[in-house]
Amino acid sequence: MSNAVDLEKNFNSKLEKNDFVEPKDWMPENYRKHLIRQISQHAHSEIIGMLPEGNWISRAPSLRAKMVLLAKVQDEGGHGLYLYTAAETLGASRDELLGALHTGKAKYSSIFNYPTLTWADIGAVGWLVDGAAIMNQVMLQRTSYGPYSRAMIRICKEESFHQRQGYEIMCHLSFGTEAQKEMAQDALNRWWFPTMMMFGPPDKDSPNSEQAMKWRIKRETNDELRQKFVDRTVEQAEFLGLTIPDKNLKWNEAKKGYDFSEPNWEEFYNVIKGNGPCNKERLEARNKAHSDGAWVREAAMAYAEKKKENILAA
Amino acid sequence: MSKDSQGPLWEVFVQKKAGQPFVHCGSLHAYDKEMALENARDLYTRRSEGSALWVVPAAAIVASSPEDIGPFFEPANDKVYRHPTFYQIPEGVKYI
Repeated sequence: MSNAVDLEKNFNSKLEKNDFVEPKDWMPENYRKHLIRQISQHAHSEIIGMLPEGNWISRAPSLRAKMVLLAKVQDEGGHGLYLYTAAETLGASRDELLGALHTGKAKYSSIFNYPTLTWADIGAVGWLVDGAAIMNQVMLQRTSYGPYSRAMIRICKEESFHQRQGYEIMCHLSFGTEAQKEMAQDALNRWWFPTMMMFGPPDKDSPNSEQAMKWRIKRETNDELRQKFVDRTVEQAEFLGLTIPDKNLKWNEAKKGYDFSEPNWEEFYNVIKGNGPCNKERLEARNKAHSDGAWVREAAMAYAEKKKENILAA
Repeated sequence: MSKDSQGPLWEVFVQKKAGQPFVHCGSLHAYDKEMALENARDLYTRRSEGSALWVVPAAAIVASSPEDIGPFFEPANDKVYRHPTFYQIPEGVKYI
């Protein structure tokens, strides 16, 4: 089993049988590259995603809300770490991956370049953004690369409280005073379309996606996931008495799903390019956190080395 | 290792409760074994997933390689007599 044709055959038959590919298995170079890019972008999104929510920790309206938000933001950090180590099993180094994020070479989800202006945004982020992320991540539990799949299973287990706490905030506001309800509606208005963009461009404009489906890295297309998200979310909005800001949203009996407007894809590409409302702020905050922590890493390493010396000397 | 780095890689094994096996759950970076253990607790047992933890330097793990799976595990393949179903017991004999 050493020649290239056999190796590729073996790899493909694994995909056909829905078996998992493990780190030491032979894999096509492009499969490896695709995974490193996708998993590290996913990891970057988790840790950049800590920033818009971290913005509200010190201003949470109750001690309970503060504890919940702290636990959630800590989870996001943990999810980033699971994903970074999954990417590292493919031969990428942590320093390299973080370097790509800090210089702006690597991308992260466009959604985190929008600001969290009010407390209702924390509700909307949990309900919509985490809801959309979960939809994507549930699919990725069955991705073909073992370490990525295992990270996703862990993440999904932890993530379900994130969406529920967001919806709970939306409930409090929607059934509260008139001003609170307005705040909830305003958050929904601002987050709806950016959330729809999270599933990526339409299938017809997403060439990477087709290859990812063939490799079983992705198991459902961008458009399929977006449709599923809309179908599930409409009723949740109705329960809150809120209106989804899309005049074209309408039940389509024939397809047993909703018709809806596409988000503004021009805006999507523009935000990805770095021109969203918060791109600069996010990248600066991440770089600052990293360089402010440099002395801690240096000290920890020096301490570890010193202890090694002491053991040798003893 | 460059001066500013995340430290070496450690593999983490969690035992859910006494009596159960330690199961690999992922990996992390840390500079020494105490930090590796504390990081493992914070990262992998935030929801009481474990009652005991092992951390092992990833570099210390020796693994079989997938290319050699065939010959490496082959000695076990032709020894059906290691399984109880290989043996015939006369009808009527109980508790065996």
